[in-house]
Amino acid sequence: MEWEIVIGLEVHVQLSTQSKLFSGASTRFGAAPNTQACAIDLAMPGTLPVPNEEAFRYAVMFGLAMNAEIGKRSVFERKNYFYPDLPKGYQTTQLAEPIVGAGEIEIHLEDGSSKSVRLHHAHLEEDAGKSLHDAVFSEGHGMSGIDLNRAGTPLIEIVSEPDMRSAAEAVAYLRKIHSIVTYLGISDGDMSQGSMRCDANVSVRLKGEEKLGTRTELKNINSFRFVERAIKVEAQRQIDLIEDGGRVVQETRLYDADKNETRSMRSKEVANDYRYFPCPDLLPVELTDEYVDTIRQQLPELPDAKSTRFASEYGLSAYDADQLTQERAVAEFFEAATQHCGQPKLVANWMMGELAALLNREEIAIAQSPISAEQLAGLIERIVDNTISSKIAKQVFEAMANGEGDADAVIEKRGLKQVSDTGAIEKMVDDVIANSAAQVENYRSADEAKRPKMMGYFVGQIMKASKGQANPQVINKILKEKLDALL
Amino acid sequence: MHQLTIADIIKGLRERQFSSTEITRHLLERIQQQDERYNSFITVTADEALQQAAAADERLAAGDAPAMCGVPIAHKDIFCTSGVRTSCGSRMLDNFVPPYDAAVVESFERAGAVSLGKTNMDEFAMGSSNETSFYGPVKNPWDTNRVPGGSSGGSAAAVAAQLCPGATATDTGGSIRQPAALTNTTGIKPTYGRVSRWGMIAFASSLDQGGPIARSAEDAALMLSVMADSDPRDSTNLQRPSDDFTRDLDQSIQGLRIGVPREYLAEGLNSDTDERVQEALREYEKLGAELVEISLPHTQLAVPAYYVIAPAEASANLSRFDGVRYGHRCENPADLRDLYMRSRGEGFGEEVQRRILVGTYALSAGYYDAYYNKAQQVRRLIKQDFVKAFEQVDVIMGPTAPSPAFKLGEKRADPVSMYLEDIYTIAVNLAGLPAMSLPCGTVDGLPVGLQIIGNYLDEARMLNVAHQYQQATDWHKASAV
Repeated sequence: MEWEIVIGLEVHVQLSTQSKLFSGASTRFGAAPNTQACAIDLAMPGTLPVPNEEAFRYAVMFGLAMNAEIGKRSVFERKNYFYPDLPKGYQTTQLAEPIVGAGEIEIHLEDGSSKSVRLHHAHLEEDAGKSLHDAVFSEGHGMSGIDLNRAGTPLIEIVSEPDMRSAAEAVAYLRKIHSIVTYLGISDGDMSQGSMRCDANVSVRLKGEEKLGTRTELKNINSFRFVERAIKVEAQRQIDLIEDGGRVVQETRLYDADKNETRSMRSKEVANDYRYFPCPDLLPVELTDEYVDTIRQQLPELPDAKSTRFASEYGLSAYDADQLTQERAVAEFFEAATQHCGQPKLVANWMMGELAALLNREEIAIAQSPISAEQLAGLIERIVDNTISSKIAKQVFEAMANGEGDADAVIEKRGLKQVSDTGAIEKMVDDVIANSAAQVENYRSADEAKRPKMMGYFVGQIMKASKGQANPQVINKILKEKLDALL
Repeated sequence: MHQLTIADIIKGLRERQFSSTEITRHLLERIQQQDERYNSFITVTADEALQQAAAADERLAAGDAPAMCGVPIAHKDIFCTSGVRTSCGSRMLDNFVPPYDAAVVESFERAGAVSLGKTNMDEFAMGSSNETSFYGPVKNPWDTNRVPGGSSGGSAAAVAAQLCPGATATDTGGSIRQPAALTNTTGIKPTYGRVSRWGMIAFASSLDQGGPIARSAEDAALMLSVMADSDPRDSTNLQRPSDDFTRDLDQSIQGLRIGVPREYLAEGLNSDTDERVQEALREYEKLGAELVEISLPHTQLAVPAYYVIAPAEASANLSRFDGVRYGHRCENPADLRDLYMRSRGEGFGEEVQRRILVGTYALSAGYYDAYYNKAQQVRRLIKQDFVKAFEQVDVIMGPTAPSPAFKLGEKRADPVSMYLEDIYTIAVNLAGLPAMSLPCGTVDGLPVGLQIIGNYLDEARMLNVAHQYQQATDWHKASAV
């Protein structure tokens, strides 16, 4: 039996507004518990919400970037449930009339193919606070603490259609959302701090089947890697279950990254009736066409447009252009380095090769890269002007990564400058020819067509003797003259 | 001195006939001596009041006295007062001392008024008799065996008993007008959004509106001029700057078109009450007004629609009282569920619990369309009725309440008959219109109220219409004490 996985994602993105969605309290991350919660966030009696205009602007920017309809009239509703980190006893969110309607985006897969994913809608809502269970308090163990700093922080919840068919597609979609929100500057997109959180709705069905299978919802997956793993393991669980004659139960499940398994989180008996109704403390928000158009005109260049431009302006392959534009910071790094050295292809190769490997190894973002765009450009300039070979350049790169300074300083300090002095190279060529009687004999007796290939051995020996510093072009020229003289 | 109106007090203070400290002290003594009979105050802030009075006297002497400088008033205990317990008539908030003032409280402080304390009320403003208060029922100064109406029964009784010349109040379905009618006072519920709801503990957010209860239309106008203001902290506020509602008081009402809804004089109305209202209408004719019979065809639907919408909103508004951050918390909760169940079970009285249950039910999956949505549709129809009526008339008049004050306990066991107390007042809240009640005579020695409903933002004209009647009649001057 061939199975098909069907995935829809709900992504919560924390908007990087200065203050909360309905109060003036700061949204800064990491402050001492309950120091950024005002009377409104604490739901003190008689307090009232006032919508944050900036959050609306951000949501509209997002909607436009997703090619989505903008809700000219959006309505906040109350989603009622009791929980200690939900001070009002309801969450203020949007349901029937969200700020962002249906839309569509392209995602790019590793095999170079693209696919369109439909957006169901995106809505503005406030975040809850945090419950810290089993925290140790002076009153004793077994107590829970409530931190309301996060309560009221603006979120957009982005709901996709069930259009993804593999964990890889889900990750590509999530990366695209990440890329768009960071390009727009409306969120820091930091998954480790919870600025971006993902719930995945996963179901399976036999290939060719029209009807969707029963889905489960995987809650709060907090990294790209875990999204991929969680979906894979959950889909496999469902397939195994059905193949063993069982049935998938619609439920919320939690992904345990340590055990790489999902497990049931809530049972059906406590299924909530949230009793949504329009919030009577807030009026419907009406946006004018002028307002939306002004925001449209101020949108920055988005990843897809940038990718197309990179391909045409810098002559990059579609794949390279795409890779380099996924993150705004990466694209900016590329353009800065290219501007310095005028070598877009080399910059692309170095960024996607050595630099990507370095960042990956160190688990850091490009913003924390130990080598700046200017420094990388400096290194590339030394390759282009033959001061060093590409091979030596890798050594220089590692030294730069270790904080030994820019390319010129490393080359100078370590004496890595390429040897192009014909006298010195001639001597090395003579030595190698003298010590390689057998290879010389082979060369002489070989067909002319095969000889260039046979030169490789000699070049390798000479490079070895020069510790990689001899200019390969000079070696080639001298070597060929000397070997041909022996014919 | 306790018989003076606010207008009298303002004049007397400025003419140095007495000081704010003198009148404040006098009223505080009166409250201390007499309020045991009425139970109209939950908290009396004597020390703070005397400090405010002393400060007011200094400003009066210095000649920089704002509008109501030195005038003693009281606040309904639904308005948050910084540093002073604000209970909302509930055990739930018996220990609650807000760190902030309601916008209305701020406005009176800016205007230089002195606050004598916090008046009693039905718990969370849910009631029409002031019998649901955790602090015990308020007694009607006209007959202490009878209710003063509710939910602003404490404010109305305190004004009627001459413990203060005016008090703030709130009106969600009639909570200013009905007690005003039952205590021979004058109260106005402004257009929804006129008075900021910031710091006013919410019952039903789309219906709640603050307003004054006083002993004359002129005093109500003076108080409303202080209360009505723009406030960016309240998103539903109309953001209209403060106004002088006394400016049109002396205008003639010659040619005024008064709409008389035939539905308001239907069965259920006490015939004596009807008679007093008819007499008042004849008085208006004498003053040059013209009576026009109108129809508000959806009147009968107002009470059922209200008792879906108001409890639905209340069920969510009161969720914040969960025993976690402030207010009543049960002893030794076993777990989270126990904490919620017992804190709320102990903190809320029967009527509040009933409305939370009704509201929760009305919003539940499967019932939402039949109740909440339907009620919202009715609400639009009711509003259209009024919009149409105001194409023909300037104001609408009728009874405020179906009968005079009833006996304590008389309707407590029968919530539906209690809900029908608001049959003439509720539609106004659903439509968001301004309306007021003013005394128009008595039945067996008990006051009857005339209701005036105005068009949106037409408070100045309504107060003018009421004032002209009070210039021609003395009903509002009749005193319980």
